[in-house]
Amino acid sequence: MDFALFSLNNAWLIPLLPFMAFVLIAFVFKNMEKTASTTAILFSGTSFLIALGVVTAVLQRPELIENPFVKEVRWFSMPGLHITMGQLIDPVAAMMLFVVSLVATLVMIYSTGYMHGDPGYTRFFAYLCLFATSMLGLVIATNLLQMFIFWELVGLCSYLLIGYYYFKDSAREAAKKAFMTTRIGDFGLLLGIMFLQLNFGTLEFTELADKLPAFAVAHPALVTLMGILVFIGPIGKSGQFPLHVWLPDAMEGPTPVSALIHAATMVVAGVYLVARAFTLFEVSPEAMHVIAYIGGFTAFFAASIALTQREMKRILAYSTVSQLGYMMMALGVGSLTASMFHLMTHAFFKALMFLAAGSVLHALHGTTDIFEMGGLKKKMPYTTAFMCIGLVAIAGVPPFAGFWSKDEILLMTKLHGFTDLYYLASLTAFMTAFYMSRMVFTAFFGKENPHNHPHESPWSMLFPMSVLAVLACVGGLVGTPWTEHGFGYWVRYGELHHPEVDWTVMGGSVLLGLAGMSLAWIIYGAKLIDANKLARRAGFLHTLSYRKFFIDEIYQWINKVIVDGTGRFLYWIDIHVVDGFIDGLADGTDWSGKMLRRVQTGQVQVYALIFFAAVVFIAVIMGLMGESSAMALIGGGK
Amino acid sequence: MGFPLLTIALLAPIIGALVLVFIPKDEHKIVKAISAFVMAISLGLTLVAYFGYDFAKGGMQFTEDIVWVKELGVTYAMGVDGISLPMLLLTNLIGFSAVFASWNVEKRPKTFFILLLLLIAGVMGTFIARDLFIFFLFYEVVVIPLYIMVIIWGSSKRVTKEYAGMKLTIYLLIGSAFLLVGLIAIYLNAYPVGQRTFMIDKLAAASYSEPFQIFAFALLAVGFGSLLSMFPFHSWSPDGYAGAPTAVSMIHAGVLKKIGGYGLIRVGLLALPLGAKFWAPVIAFLAVCNVAYAAMIALAQKDLKYVIGYSSVSHMGYVLIGLAALNVIGINGAVANMFAHGVMSALFFSMIGYVYEKTHTRYIPDLGGLAHQMPRVAIGFMMAGMASLGLPGLVSFIPEFTIFVGSFAVYPTMAIIAIAGIIITALYTLRALANVLFGPRRPEFDHYPDAKGPEMVPLLVLGSVLVLGGIFPHLILDMVNSGVEPLVSAMMAKLGAAATIGGGF
Repeated sequence: MDFALFSLNNAWLIPLLPFMAFVLIAFVFKNMEKTASTTAILFSGTSFLIALGVVTAVLQRPELIENPFVKEVRWFSMPGLHITMGQLIDPVAAMMLFVVSLVATLVMIYSTGYMHGDPGYTRFFAYLCLFATSMLGLVIATNLLQMFIFWELVGLCSYLLIGYYYFKDSAREAAKKAFMTTRIGDFGLLLGIMFLQLNFGTLEFTELADKLPAFAVAHPALVTLMGILVFIGPIGKSGQFPLHVWLPDAMEGPTPVSALIHAATMVVAGVYLVARAFTLFEVSPEAMHVIAYIGGFTAFFAASIALTQREMKRILAYSTVSQLGYMMMALGVGSLTASMFHLMTHAFFKALMFLAAGSVLHALHGTTDIFEMGGLKKKMPYTTAFMCIGLVAIAGVPPFAGFWSKDEILLMTKLHGFTDLYYLASLTAFMTAFYMSRMVFTAFFGKENPHNHPHESPWSMLFPMSVLAVLACVGGLVGTPWTEHGFGYWVRYGELHHPEVDWTVMGGSVLLGLAGMSLAWIIYGAKLIDANKLARRAGFLHTLSYRKFFIDEIYQWINKVIVDGTGRFLYWIDIHVVDGFIDGLADGTDWSGKMLRRVQTGQVQVYALIFFAAVVFIAVIMGLMGESSAMALIGGGK
Repeated sequence: MGFPLLTIALLAPIIGALVLVFIPKDEHKIVKAISAFVMAISLGLTLVAYFGYDFAKGGMQFTEDIVWVKELGVTYAMGVDGISLPMLLLTNLIGFSAVFASWNVEKRPKTFFILLLLLIAGVMGTFIARDLFIFFLFYEVVVIPLYIMVIIWGSSKRVTKEYAGMKLTIYLLIGSAFLLVGLIAIYLNAYPVGQRTFMIDKLAAASYSEPFQIFAFALLAVGFGSLLSMFPFHSWSPDGYAGAPTAVSMIHAGVLKKIGGYGLIRVGLLALPLGAKFWAPVIAFLAVCNVAYAAMIALAQKDLKYVIGYSSVSHMGYVLIGLAALNVIGINGAVANMFAHGVMSALFFSMIGYVYEKTHTRYIPDLGGLAHQMPRVAIGFMMAGMASLGLPGLVSFIPEFTIFVGSFAVYPTMAIIAIAGIIITALYTLRALANVLFGPRRPEFDHYPDAKGPEMVPLLVLGSVLVLGGIFPHLILDMVNSGVEPLVSAMMAKLGAAATIGGGF
């Protein structure tokens, strides 16, 4: 049978293969390092091949753009609730399958070098396989519940991998923080899912797409509410403001993990979810505005923090947050194409930069501060070259990948009338070029630090980087404004638009990128301006940026004082009021028992006294109120 | 009458206990082997019943009827349907695991295992009895071994084990006092003298006046509710679990308290639908108190068993709100969640028990980094914890989701608060996991071995159910639904009939 057709029909194998690898590694190859990593690479490599088959099949079938290929089985059902699991393949899903399985396989190859000699080697590969399973399962989800399930599972893998060095307190705390922060987002998402299930009786993407437009006309406010609730999930998962705080801390995980999970794949799951459920957002302009402005603000906000950070992976992390903001903004202004295009190119160049950063950290044994590096280019020529390719790609220099996708986003933002966001995003592009160049110039150029003894990484690490480097160079060419039947033809929502080339946008973004890089060269390369003096001049603004606007401190305070305080207060209530009441009842029984016991003295005189007193009492009542009431008192009447 | 499968499953632990009486008390190995063997028989027979249940036929199956006290209408009637089978399976899974979790009991093991087997048999009996009298009898049988086990093998921390045992028992007895009144009231009201019966299906088929239903349901709700640790009758649960030995915590949190939910569904909803309808909003409100209030308190706990004790109270809130929804989806979720929570909490308690047995502490700040010395126990902890916070792929997510769907339609505001509970749950669970398992290696724990051999059985048995139930939720939900769907339609028919007579409400 035709391999492409086979792949399309059996796309569910793509997540299943890494799962089999996971089971094998976890239960059979637990103590066989080489076998474990080879299994992982072989299985996910096969996944990648099938994903390629899916892409080929999709490219032969333009009808899949409008009508996705759906195949599903019953998972569980009861009257009023029918849940399926299956695969939904359209160009968006095919693109994601390609990107995720590719980066996953490359990162596994890279890890054989990076994690060499680590005591948890097989555990690491088992986690990676589980992650690949979950992420690929998320990509092919046919309904929101399936998506939510894999969404949580990628969260679990992220938690496990951030906390991979579990003996470090910082890793442990970072893992917990990541889980908690995304959980808050998941709460919103789950609520949104409840609303959808209640109003439509289904969570299938295709059925929702049929029912939503008519429903939106009748209940615009409800649709907006559902849209915003669902969007809270992506805010958490894709590190949007104000739930972005976990992503920079997630850098506690091993660097291959940062490249795979916290740059290229999992963190874009939020963007992907919005794209997948685009019908829901598209019918509500208010929800779209929320997405656009949160995305735009996040892009700018994260970039402003990245300006002053000193740790290499943190700078990259804030840059990831910022780029995710771009993707969200593109969705919010209504361009699925631009967002998905940037998602793809970003996966290439950001994974490349993280792997290059990992190469540096591997060589320097734990030095993370870029100002303690310097002059790495002599000893690490390939890594430097790869990092520079990443830099020009993210800074938006043509013809590298990032230029085309970022240009598309800026163009769409302007075309759809979001002029304010267009200026903000352009400013962000300038800042991006600046802080990325600052990192590269400081760490790789300039004077060598005599304390460091860097060395170039082994081929197992260089090979995956070179593949990504090629893609970061040419990956954008599939979506240039001059490409016929390019990216935008396949990955789109609704009618095909082919906007004219806007030379002011394109030229502007190139100029801003180059200006940012030049400014960084003046300060950090040629050192014509003293960076420290500049920081002092900026004063409070510099502190704000360096301390990340004190958001972590604020959350910490809420957590420690309000949440824990309430817990302790309620515990006090529980012990002293709720339980106290019950204990009081018990004591009351005890007390009345003791009291009553006194009556039973065993002395006949006392009994006689009581007897006599009662007779007197009755006689008095009889005298006062007549005979009948006294009889009633004694005998209960009649 | 065919092969008396249920009776044999029930008698296996009782006969086991009788045999143990004649074993010399120093033969620890034989005592344990016999206990494990009889529990394996029960578990095996239960699995036969579970997978042999005929969905097409539905209703009560594997039935046995022997008239016992004719004048009172008491029948030794056994049988299982889609609601009781998961509970029976749960009882045996946990009972089997509890035997292995007690493998290292050193103090008077013979007595311990005799009582343990009796306790398990008592719980099993409540779930397979089709006669209210027999049901109640087994319920009372449970109390005696429970009390003795806490007093002798328990541990004193915040409260003494005597206090814990007393509290556990008294709550059980107060609950049963309310129950007794309620059940006898139903018995007397159902049929005139001469036709009286304790058979649950017949009692459910009778019709009761609306005021009576409201009155009787209130009694059942307090009785069964306090067993299910419904707010504000929950405070026995954390203290009791903390004081109890591992096996008792496992059985009590895992299955015993589920008798409350089971009874409410089996007797309350079906016999007293108008009462259920009247009280449902109150129960939903108390359920939300359970979820949010207990979860917040769990945050403030330092003793591991208290964390799980309050967590268990919190999770019962989900069961209650699912019940209170009074629709198929909600009640399906409630029953499935009783199963899920049982597996999860039993695993949790067995892992805590293991750690406590070795380190002699459950105080969280004293623990840490145990993943270094006890990687297998750490896996068990992680699985139980992740199930507790409702991670998809493990047994508890789908039940919770189903409950949310069912209750959201009826009580949107309260359902939202209940859903918000997933955040707090995640917070206390992750904190406990992080502080106990992760962090730097502590040399003082270095000489403690990891679980191995028989100690691994609870983790293997309960852990695999945790995963299988998560990946294939239909294994449980199809069964539950086959019992709940007819029950709810019968309930709705009664409500509909009442509405036409009474002119609606």
